[in-house]
This record gives sequence, structure tokens and C-alpha cells, in this order.
Amino acid sequence: MGQPPPAVEESGVVTNHKSAKQPSQRGTEEPPLVKWLLILVALGFCFVFLLLPLANVFVQALSKGWAYYAAALSSPDSLAAIGLTLLVAAISVPLNVLFGLAAAWAIAKFEFTGKSMLITLIDLPFSISPVVAGLMFVVLFGLQGLLGPWLDARDLKVIFAVPGIVLVTVFVTFPFVARELIPVMQATGSEQEQAALTLGANGWQTFWHVTLPSVKWGLLYGIILCNARAMGEFGAVSVVSGHITGKTDTMPLRVEKLYNEYDAPAAFAVASLLVVLALLTLAIKIFMERRQARKELS
Amino acid sequence: MADKKFNALPGFGLTMGFTLFYLSAIVLIPLAALVCRAFGVSWAEFWRLATTPRALAAYRLSLETSLLAAVANALFGSLLAWVLVRYRFPGRRLIAAIVDFPFALPTAVAGLTLASLFAADGWLGRFLTPLGIKGAFTPLGVVIALTFVGLPFAVRTLEPVLLNLEREVEEVAATLGAGRLRTFVSIVAPALFPAVLTGFALAFARAIGEYGSIVFISGNLPFKTEIAPFLIVTRLEEYDYAGAIALAVVLLVFSFLLLAGINLLEQWASRLQR
Repeated sequence: MGQPPPAVEESGVVTNHKSAKQPSQRGTEEPPLVKWLLILVALGFCFVFLLLPLANVFVQALSKGWAYYAAALSSPDSLAAIGLTLLVAAISVPLNVLFGLAAAWAIAKFEFTGKSMLITLIDLPFSISPVVAGLMFVVLFGLQGLLGPWLDARDLKVIFAVPGIVLVTVFVTFPFVARELIPVMQATGSEQEQAALTLGANGWQTFWHVTLPSVKWGLLYGIILCNARAMGEFGAVSVVSGHITGKTDTMPLRVEKLYNEYDAPAAFAVASLLVVLALLTLAIKIFMERRQARKELS
Repeated sequence: MADKKFNALPGFGLTMGFTLFYLSAIVLIPLAALVCRAFGVSWAEFWRLATTPRALAAYRLSLETSLLAAVANALFGSLLAWVLVRYRFPGRRLIAAIVDFPFALPTAVAGLTLASLFAADGWLGRFLTPLGIKGAFTPLGVVIALTFVGLPFAVRTLEPVLLNLEREVEEVAATLGAGRLRTFVSIVAPALFPAVLTGFALAFARAIGEYGSIVFISGNLPFKTEIAPFLIVTRLEEYDYAGAIALAVVLLVFSFLLLAGINLLEQWASRLQR
């Protein structure tokens, strides 16, 4: 539920848009007036709802000029936020990749009872509100929580510190890699692995040289989606971070803090970096979906 | 099943063990901790905390705005999917690319830029405010943000169904003398309905738990523009753990019921497609 289904590439699938102009198919096309009215509404909606918000970020970010923009981004607190966001993604994404590979291997290559139950459980974080997710970790690790006193006695801090931020980020991005990998691994089957094993390869060699290359695009797709969410998560991180400027503020939290301090241009400046991340994610996603569509056609 | 054939592959114990360990550590144990803590108070106390007037107002606002946003998504999402699949026009590729933008954009940034667009001096607010349409710091703002966030769900759920729709059936209807409107109402719309409903439910489920995009645009006024997830955060900041947990459990139960409903919907939709 945390992510919409992937786009389906249309080129080559809908083949009859040219022939639709022939008289024999006129019955399956709307009258031109209706058609162009629908297109106009769709274009207008996308302009107002998608393009304006996108453009607005950059215009607002530069509303006080490039110098202010650069200063906002290079302030120590913003740099600390960028660093923390990169660190959190650098820990949580590999963890979820490891999990995704293990879960996909177990689920796709073997039969066992309770498989569909396991898949449902893996998808669970998508249907839990980020705020509730954050609260779960506060309840577990907070000072009032179950493990809080034990951690406190050993001077370990999870909540209002970096470990808590990493944990909730792992939670909210938990299903991304696994749910991309499971169908891909299921589709490739296990004949090639069987062949490699028969020829004398051991388990790890089979995994590295046979399985991994065959699922690399699905894996990459999962990684970029996981990374985008890891860097952009707000609600869950906000609950556990404690909002200590320069220490536990990630980029999205920094955006909120600058906005609340009435420094909107600086807030938009940090936000513009996140928009660039989103656009990059989108570009890679589209590139990979096109590639997939071309492969399916050939 | 093909147990014997599969047993030749190694690593089941290792990967399954790690999967279950990781799933328990990250998802199941924290979830259980929350539920256990909720049982720590008596039922009467839990009920009192979960149904304070402020909480009821927050649930109500969350439900109403999420429903409205999901309706808007079902309408505009279906329109976008239809236009993208059926027509060729200038700007089509751009729209196809940017439909996923709300999904890739961090919610905080979405809230920030929407709030500034609809503020009284924003690009849209300066035209809408004189007309009496206030987008920022009102329930309408919440609906706007939720519509933005949920849009890709509606479009991407309907798109594959539209692509797979057999045009021959429409041609037959046309040859048999049905007008375009009649064909749409009695042939196309029924085939699309389950997917539209699924997209609606997915957008609704996403909206109920949404937080990041709302904080900026709603103003978060108790009883007026305060959504349920925001009230949880407020309770936490007041160190009212029991209050926050009670609200969270209500939200959790609601999400799980929705999840079950969506699963049933998807089964129904895939049966109809066959």
C-alpha cells in the first residue's frame, strides 16, 4: 500500500490508435469534442496539481537569489542534516537489500506452508501510518518504554538519537526491495540454479553468478524506491528524532524547522535537493520500465 | 508440490531464518510492544482515551478528508488513466512521466509547496482567496494534500486494466448499433469498476495514515484542522503516552480492516478480469 503499482509501458501495446481513425472503428472512439475536452481537463489538472508544485519549489528556493540559496544549503545545520540523511539511507537501504534477497530466495525457490501469510506480513509496514510506526519504537525503546530503563542504565540512546532514526527508516522502507524481488525470482524459476549446482558450483557461487545477474534489474528498481523513501521519510522520523538541530535533524525535518522559523526560502532550498532526488528517482524508474517493456516485446 | 526438486537448492534454513528474525525484530516485536502497552490500561480507560471529544473530531476530519480525497483521486485518476491509454496528444509523455511524481516526492516537500501555492499570496491562492476558496490552513487544504499524495495509486491501478481491455467488445457493441455513450456505460464502465474501486481504496488507506504533507498545509487547529495522526504526535509531545497509544491502536485497527477489505477487492477484481 505504500507504493502504487508500477507504470505499464504502452508503446506497442495499444496498436490501434492509428487505425482508430478509419471509419470501421469510429464507433470505439469518442466524438472529437469529448476527446479533446477530456484531454484538456487532464492537462489542466496535471499542470495545476503536479507541475505548479514542482516549479514552485525552485522559484521559492531562489526567491532571495542564488547567494541566499547557496548560503542556506551550506549552513552547518543544513550540511549536518544532509549528512545524517545520507548516513541513514546508507545504513537502512543495504539492510533491507540483504533482507529482500534472503526473503525472496526463501519465498521464490522453496515451498512451505504459510507462504502467503509471510508475504502479507512483509507488506505490513506499508499499511501502518508512519506516525504509528514511530510510536511503536518509542514504546519499545523510549525512557517510558519496555527496554528504555535497561538502555538508559547502560547509557545507550535509541530514541531521540541516530539509532532510532535508522530503525524507523528501516521499518517504513522494509517491504520495498523484497516485494520487487519476490515476483522476479519466482518468474525466473530455479532450473538455472539446479544446473549450476549439478555442474559443481556451491551455493554462494550459484547465488552470485546465476541468481543475482538474473534479478539485478528488479533489485535495482527496489533499491531506488527504497532509497527515495528512506531519504524522504518525515512522519516516523519526526516522532523519534527529538529534533536536535545539527544532530538528529534529517533533511525533511530541517525543511520543517526552517519553515517554522519563518525562513521559507531556506526551507525551500533544502526541499529543492529532495525534489532533485525525487526527479532522479522518477527518471531511473521510467528508464527501467521502458527497458522492461522493450524486453517483453522482443 | 515440487518439494523434492526444490530441495536440491541450498540455503533455505539460512534465508528463512534470517527473514523471520529480521521480520520479528523490525516489524512484529515493535508492533506487539505497542499492542501490549495498550492492554496495560483497563478497557474503560482505553475507551475514554480513545474517544475524547478532540480525538473524535480528529477521526472525523481524517475520515472525511480521506474520503473526499479518494473520491477526487478516483475521478481524476480514472480520467488521467483513460486519456493516457486511449489518446495520443502533445504532452502525453510528460504526463505519463510525472504522474508518479507525488510518489517519489518526500511528503514534507509536497506539503510545503502546496501550502505555499494555496496561501493567500501564493500562485493559486491569490486567485482563489478572493473567490472565497481558502486552500491553506483549512480542511480543504488537507483534502488537496491528500489528493496529491494518493493520485498515483488511482492512475496506476486502473492503467493496466484499461490496457488489457479488449477493444473488440466495444467494436461489436458499435456494430450492433450502440452509440458511444451506451457502449461506455454498459460495456466499458462495468469492466473498469473493480479497478477504480481498488484504486479508490488504496488512495483512501494511504490518506488515513498520512502525516508529512498535512502538517504544513492544515494549520493543525484542534477540533478544526487536526487529523488523527497529528493528534498522536501532540499527545506524545505532552508525554501522554497512554493517550497516544490509544489513538494509535484505533488507527492501526482501522488500517488492518482496510487492508483486509482491499485484499478482498483485489481478489474480486482479478476474478472479474478473467
